[in-house]
Amino acid sequence: MSGYDMAIAIGGEAGQGIATPGDILARLFVRRGLNFNSYNAFQSIVRGGHIFLTLRTTEETKYSHGDKLDILLCLNQDTMDKHLHFMKAGSKVIYNSDNITPGSAADGVQLCGLPIAELTGNARAGLNQNTVAVGAILYMLGLEFQVLKDSLTQQFQRKGEAIVIENVKVAQAGYEHAIKNFERFPDEIPMLSTPRGVWSGNDALAMGGAAAGVKFYAAYPMSPSTGLLHWFANNGRNIGAMVRQIEDEIGVANIVIGAAHTGARTLSATSGGGFALMTEAIGASSMMEIPTVYIDVMRAGPSTGVPTKTEQGDLWQALGASQGDFQRFIAAPLHAQDAFNLMAEIFNLTDRFQCPAIVLSDLLISEGHYSVDPEELDFFPTIDRGSTITEHAVGKTDYLRYKFTESGISPRAVAGLEGYVHVVATDEHEENSGLISDEFTNPHKRRAMVEKRSRKFENIVAEIAPPELVGPADADVTMIGWGSTFAAMHDSLALLTDRGITANFLSVKWIVPLHADKIAEVFANAKRTIIVENNQSGQFARYLRGETGLVPDGHIRKYDGEPFMPHHIADGVEDNLKNNTEQFIPFQEIVV
Amino acid sequence: MTTTIELTAKDFKGVDPDWCPGCGHFGVLNSIQRAYADVGLQPHEVVTVSGIGCSSNAPGYINTYGMHTLHGRALPFATGVKMANHELTVIATGGDGDGYGIGAGHFTHAARRNVDITYVVMNNQIYGLTTGQMSPTSRPGLTTKSTPFGSIEYPYNPITSAIMNGATYVARGYSGDIRGTTKLIADGIRHKGFSLIDIHSPCVTFNLENTHDFFKQRIKKLDEVEHDASDWKAACEYAMEWGDTIYTGLFFEVESESLSQLDPILKEGGPIAKRSLPLTPEQADRLKSRLM
Ligand SMILES: Cc1ncc(C[n+]2csc(CCOP(=O)(O)OP(=O)(O)O)c2C)c(N)n1
Ligand code: SF4
Ligand SMILES: [Mg+2]
Repeated sequence: MSGYDMAIAIGGEAGQGIATPGDILARLFVRRGLNFNSYNAFQSIVRGGHIFLTLRTTEETKYSHGDKLDILLCLNQDTMDKHLHFMKAGSKVIYNSDNITPGSAADGVQLCGLPIAELTGNARAGLNQNTVAVGAILYMLGLEFQVLKDSLTQQFQRKGEAIVIENVKVAQAGYEHAIKNFERFPDEIPMLSTPRGVWSGNDALAMGGAAAGVKFYAAYPMSPSTGLLHWFANNGRNIGAMVRQIEDEIGVANIVIGAAHTGARTLSATSGGGFALMTEAIGASSMMEIPTVYIDVMRAGPSTGVPTKTEQGDLWQALGASQGDFQRFIAAPLHAQDAFNLMAEIFNLTDRFQCPAIVLSDLLISEGHYSVDPEELDFFPTIDRGSTITEHAVGKTDYLRYKFTESGISPRAVAGLEGYVHVVATDEHEENSGLISDEFTNPHKRRAMVEKRSRKFENIVAEIAPPELVGPADADVTMIGWGSTFAAMHDSLALLTDRGITANFLSVKWIVPLHADKIAEVFANAKRTIIVENNQSGQFARYLRGETGLVPDGHIRKYDGEPFMPHHIADGVEDNLKNNTEQFIPFQEIVV
Repeated sequence: MTTTIELTAKDFKGVDPDWCPGCGHFGVLNSIQRAYADVGLQPHEVVTVSGIGCSSNAPGYINTYGMHTLHGRALPFATGVKMANHELTVIATGGDGDGYGIGAGHFTHAARRNVDITYVVMNNQIYGLTTGQMSPTSRPGLTTKSTPFGSIEYPYNPITSAIMNGATYVARGYSGDIRGTTKLIADGIRHKGFSLIDIHSPCVTFNLENTHDFFKQRIKKLDEVEHDASDWKAACEYAMEWGDTIYTGLFFEVESESLSQLDPILKEGGPIAKRSLPLTPEQADRLKSRLM
């Protein structure tokens, strides 16, 4: 079974208004209850530069933007020249025939030129070409024009009646031109029972934080994490949360610890460069035992790198963030909804174990857009603050902030309470937070305090769920990945089946703690293992070998800035099986 | 809650300092403790936040909530504390290296934001804890371990910088003048908004030029010259003077709403830190409807 699967790409220049037809189409799909996801490949985040937005809607649940394009909408010549070669029989290429010359297309590709000036009566032809094209697409998808009319009315309502009328008119011209000149796709677009909404991965992280009780968000803008700052700026007042833009990421990382010390749940997000600046504070969070959650939305590095491209390159940065030898949680959500759910879980863990946590998202997850059913989201997750003290003491106490306990967890009184006055310190300290370093560098006290903190993590793996193997148990190949590669691995299974290969995969979300036993068991039961990751040096493969000694039979890696498409993985698996290749690096066909 | 008993400076004493005998920081510590008592604070209502340095060891020597944080980062930590619980009195302490060197960026922005923090800097014109290197306030010619042939850099002026950056209360003290310094700190705490009290606090071990004697011979109080503290230009002129006369006292003060007074999120609902964590059903519904 495959079900309905339609992919539309819109290419043009930044500033040509690609987002609007993208939004209109996305809303149309999700209102029908269809699964939806989009990936925007772009060069620069402001004006100029090529943009290539892929929208995919499916009847079944899919996580990636897929492997094929059914419609290519070219908003400029560049798009036509760059991407026509990717189009296969049965697909359609839409373009403004006034100023775009089609190239030579493969057999069976329908070239659909739109005489925009004629169709818009010359009325703001440049501005309106996107809407004319959406009209034509609607016809090709087999939808009634009324559907688009409603959608345009909603989209442009804010801009006034005249704009709505103009848009409906030009859309209709596109629709009617398509009736006369183009063919419909044979598959009927399904209508499912529950309408859905759209969110981005950054929205999911932010909303998950909000549901977990985040009341203080601080950040310094950095792509691709800025979506969280914008989300909190727009929704902070609704949820009673303070939002602060700070002078730099060093300030951000420390301000959230200060706020957390008073009992607030605090959050910040950045990308690799900002995260590098935050690292000293992450150690401070550990030493002072004040819970924090830092999100690193990875982009291609090193240094400024490629701000608009994706990579899983910060794993070792997260593992090694900050000087010293200390405990931290590190989790890489697998997809948007997973990111939402992770937030409540990780906030509870940091509160209970009084330590820092790092969430590794990446551009692919964070800036991608996905269908979402709000009713499936738990906006009221369990909130467990562990042994946090938030009420004044009655009478005298002999409170010791860093009291030695069997679990290593010392009850944490937030600042401002009567009866619990204490100092927290980044210098090594005693139970009463008196400093050991400087003068009193007592090795026995130092050892006891190091052991107190490390005891918190003694059985920590029991606190998190093991990763789950997806696909048939008895498969020819087992793929292992972490974080966002879940999408392409998941969607590659069907391709592999078509090629006569049975495969399953394990996506690891929890980097620390690592479910080593579960992973070892998967390796033991696998006929062949391949590690898939979006970086050059195999950061996860090296980490896994270090933690478990496990070495896979092959690797599939990609580090060109673009995410895996499912067929890249299927090709790699096939190559490994046939030729026993140690490492496969797929070729990126769509170049933006 | 329990009845408030009037406290004295003694009630704010923490563990004994391990500063060198004669270190200027003793006088500043004493002044901070007296100021807390004078303002009528209770230890649990105050958070004393510092960075790293000899001066930054102060929170351990004070009986209030304390945060002894990272070198240069006292102000971000303090801003986090204040914004998450604006009912607390927040004091940041530290040294000239901590505040004007590694932490200078935060100093600029804390002043500009007018966040209601009292920033007490123990300025000894040297890096004490790291055993005597040049600091941002070291004078040209000062020989230190890192400038064995004399510093050739122009020193930072904390007073004019704070005024230019938008601080709304800017003062200079001398640690040998405990009464004067106490008053400057206490008034800084009472002031709503960002206040800087830069205090000359000699390092008797590593800065043999800017000693107690050096200051005793030069210090003159602004009170004596009838300076108008609302006049920022005059304030800057007095602050630039560094010769036979070095002025102490209140250079500049202006009333202006502080960050916690300005942020609409604090208009109702109480401190951020005390808000109930779960979303209300109405809040959740609004988030859900925005998805659709
Ligand atoms: C990131 C970082 N860099 C450097 C240091 C080393 N360090 C500790 S205190 C200090 C300077 C202290 O000078 P100041 O703030 O003037 O305080 P003082 O000791 O003079 O009172 C330095 C450089 C550090 N702890 N952290
Ligand atoms: S080194 Fe200087 S600043 Fe540090 S305690 Fe000694 S005298 Fe004070
Ligand atoms: Mg100093």
